Amino acid sequence: MISDITTIISDYWLLLLIGQYPNGPLGGLANTLILSAFSIALAFPVSILFALARLSKWRLLRWPVTALVYVTRGVPLLMLILWSYFLVPLLTGADVPSFVTMLTTLVVYQGAFLSEVVRGGIVALGHGQMEAAKALGHSYLGAMRFVILPQALYNMIPSIISTFVSTIKDTTLGYVINVPDLTFAASQVNNQLLTQPFQVFLILAVVYYAICWSLTHVANVIERRITRRRAGLTDRAKPVSLAMSKIVSEQP
Amino acid sequence: MTGFDLSAILSNPDYVQMLLHGIEMTFVIFFGSWMLAMTLAFTLLCIRFSPFRFGDKFVAAYVSYHRNVPTLVQLMLWYFGIFTLLPDWLTSWLVEHNAETIFAVVGLGLCQAAYFSEDLRSGLRSVSPGQMEAAKALGHGYLSAMRFVIMPQGVRNALPPLINHSVSLFKNSSLAIVIGAPELTHAVKEIENLSFRTFEIYLIGTVLYLFLSLVIMGAGAYLSLRADPAWRARA
Repeated sequence: MISDITTIISDYWLLLLIGQYPNGPLGGLANTLILSAFSIALAFPVSILFALARLSKWRLLRWPVTALVYVTRGVPLLMLILWSYFLVPLLTGADVPSFVTMLTTLVVYQGAFLSEVVRGGIVALGHGQMEAAKALGHSYLGAMRFVILPQALYNMIPSIISTFVSTIKDTTLGYVINVPDLTFAASQVNNQLLTQPFQVFLILAVVYYAICWSLTHVANVIERRITRRRAGLTDRAKPVSLAMSKIVSEQP
Repeated sequence: MTGFDLSAILSNPDYVQMLLHGIEMTFVIFFGSWMLAMTLAFTLLCIRFSPFRFGDKFVAAYVSYHRNVPTLVQLMLWYFGIFTLLPDWLTSWLVEHNAETIFAVVGLGLCQAAYFSEDLRSGLRSVSPGQMEAAKALGHGYLSAMRFVIMPQGVRNALPPLINHSVSLFKNSSLAIVIGAPELTHAVKEIENLSFRTFEIYLIGTVLYLFLSLVIMGAGAYLSLRADPAWRARA
């Protein structure tokens, strides 16, 4: 069993790492990470806009975005992927690679989830910050830009990392529309070998575990540090038990 | 493609039949894996609280694996991997009894158990230790204190995350399409292939999922309201 696994790894590590890259599209683990990084980088500004729209006093802005967030949270990601697989080529009128389809879906999906985190972070700051900023002469947008968001986003860093982790896990769903990611590479390996599916998928699970576990670990360390700082404890010598704030955005 | 026409699908008895069967199987997978997950979650909780030395480590490893490996990969490992390692008599029995659905239930249930057990654990931890001492002072044993004093409060505290995770379990039941279980998404894809009315059938599928998720959320909200002592005192 173990020798099977080492043989598979030594034979197919390049395919699992970068797919058929020089001869074909980039794939494998590299593509999984690039896809996740791009989607979180694009979902982040989207989520701030969504959150601001949801907190806006204009109904025209608030209601559609609220509806969008609820629909996105109430429908399986798979269904959204099928939608963009159908709609994105229709709207752009071009033959869009599955990578772009998946990226669009993830940006909307994670944007909706992150917007709840951002909104929570802004609401948690309380009215006082906004009122104080306005008293000092900031406009609404200025207060958001210079006072509210810097604090809210700083407190959100752990949630952003855990959203990144769940994005990595969500990219596996690209398998349904043949996005050339790690899962796709593993199933290609499986199709070539045919006899050792358990070993192949075990390797796949272990790789995902290693990545997601280390990122979750980083998120927890940062979260502890931020909780400490928010409680005004910069003295590292004194161990004080703090109520940990739960990472809200975690989804399976 | 002709214009938008929902009735082309909804007035065709075959398609309606497929959709209803899809909804039924989605609920079979959801309820099956929910029950499995809850049972396992309580078992994991007991192991965690037991004095057995490696119990804690074992549960932590279980939770860590199921939270850090994508659910889809877990399902694939079950259906494409572990399925092939089973003895022949079991494999043939499973094939006769709808193996895809069984593996979807097992895979999703085991995965969700990790989330449920963590929710319950944090709920129980938020009950102050004084409650246990007070219950003991009133003559309760450990188990009866757990049953009548700690658990009711702990589970009540754990309700909001439990409801959230139940909804995501419902949504995750759509992943079963990858291993070929005949649930709602599968029915949607099949009708799309037969009718070529992609927009209409996706819309129907989306509305069904959204409606059912909202029903589960609503049921959960009602349950938390019922469990709230303030509300019960008023009623």
